[in-house]
Amino acid sequence: MDIPYTTHAREDTGLYNAKVGIWLFLASEVMLFGALFSAYILLRVGAIPGTWPIHLLSVPLGTINTLVLILSSVTVVMAWASLKVNRFDRFKLYQTITVLCALTFMVIKSFEYRDKFTHYAVTLQDGTVIDGHLVNKDASSITLSHPKEIKPGAPANAPAGGHGAPAAAEGGHASEAGHAADRTIQFTEVAKHESTGRLLIQNYGPWRNNYMAIYFTLTGLHALHVVGGALVIGFLLGPGSKMWFTDPERFTNRIEVSGLFWHFVDLVWIFLFPVLYLL
Amino acid sequence: MADHSTHPATKTASAAGHSGHAAHGGHGHGHHDVSKEVRKYMLVFGALLVGTVITVWASYINFGSHALNVAVALVIATVKAALVAAFFMHLIDERKLIYGVLGATVFFFIGLMYITLWSMEPASFIHLKR
Repeated sequence: MDIPYTTHAREDTGLYNAKVGIWLFLASEVMLFGALFSAYILLRVGAIPGTWPIHLLSVPLGTINTLVLILSSVTVVMAWASLKVNRFDRFKLYQTITVLCALTFMVIKSFEYRDKFTHYAVTLQDGTVIDGHLVNKDASSITLSHPKEIKPGAPANAPAGGHGAPAAAEGGHASEAGHAADRTIQFTEVAKHESTGRLLIQNYGPWRNNYMAIYFTLTGLHALHVVGGALVIGFLLGPGSKMWFTDPERFTNRIEVSGLFWHFVDLVWIFLFPVLYLL
Repeated sequence: MADHSTHPATKTASAAGHSGHAAHGGHGHGHHDVSKEVRKYMLVFGALLVGTVITVWASYINFGSHALNVAVALVIATVKAALVAAFFMHLIDERKLIYGVLGATVFFFIGLMYITLWSMEPASFIHLKR
């Protein structure tokens, strides 16, 4: 069976069908991400003043990833333009760069995720929180690098402390004391949860606080889109590119449609970056 | 590979003009048009890079209130997003049907954002003020 209107425009819409399809899909995607952005606003404006983390994530890594996605958007549109002027070789070159950009983005993102999963906060029995990165954990103790002490009742709304600064995250004041040396904390010093009796040792996974929860949800969903888009673009660059030699117009349209999706992924990140990294 | 880099069928399609238009949903680009488009893409690329740098820089500036910092960042992000949508996604020159679909989407999206802000009204039961 032939799929209708893969190259020629329908009279009533003035468009080839796949283009109508992708835009309807993107409209639904706007609502999907919109729901999560809406949740973000609700969590943020509902947070206790001074407790929302600012500049908790690595701004340099976020900036690099923003630039990587912008570059990939340019190469996607250039790939399409190359097909328009029959430069299949250029198309291949541009889409290869696109896939490499997607890969770079995911590698950087996974480093950022790893950084959060190894970032720990340990609450001592006197209420002091020791915040740092995991060096070692055994049966009786945990060792953290770059430990920072957050005293209970310290002034809230501490200024942004750059990458990995826990102070703003916890609404406390970070002490630089003992910054250089690793700190080993015996489990006997650690406070226990009132009802469960579990030790108060927690990493910065999505369970840490509302900010980490919405951060992982939004960036996780976005990362799935990056992977999905890269798979489609990769397919059309590899085995799917055979269509260029049998039905070049239809193939060019496929590149345009996959490109529209990719631009949308870039567009979402343009908002995610300031919202999660900078504000 | 050189033999494969151009395809006779597309050459015909482009030469025919109208069928070349169909490949872009009814909006045609000859070779000359495409090179003009490419220049636009490069300008947008530059603008997006500058926009990113400004956003990062502005986030370290204290504009007096945090709300103002948020507003500045969101305005820059909206301009960047508009550039991507208008030029990379060709929305600046698109069919009415697409505008219709997106108009409805924008309407409901704005509603979705405002729901959260309305919930912050003092009389709201979502965030009870103590």
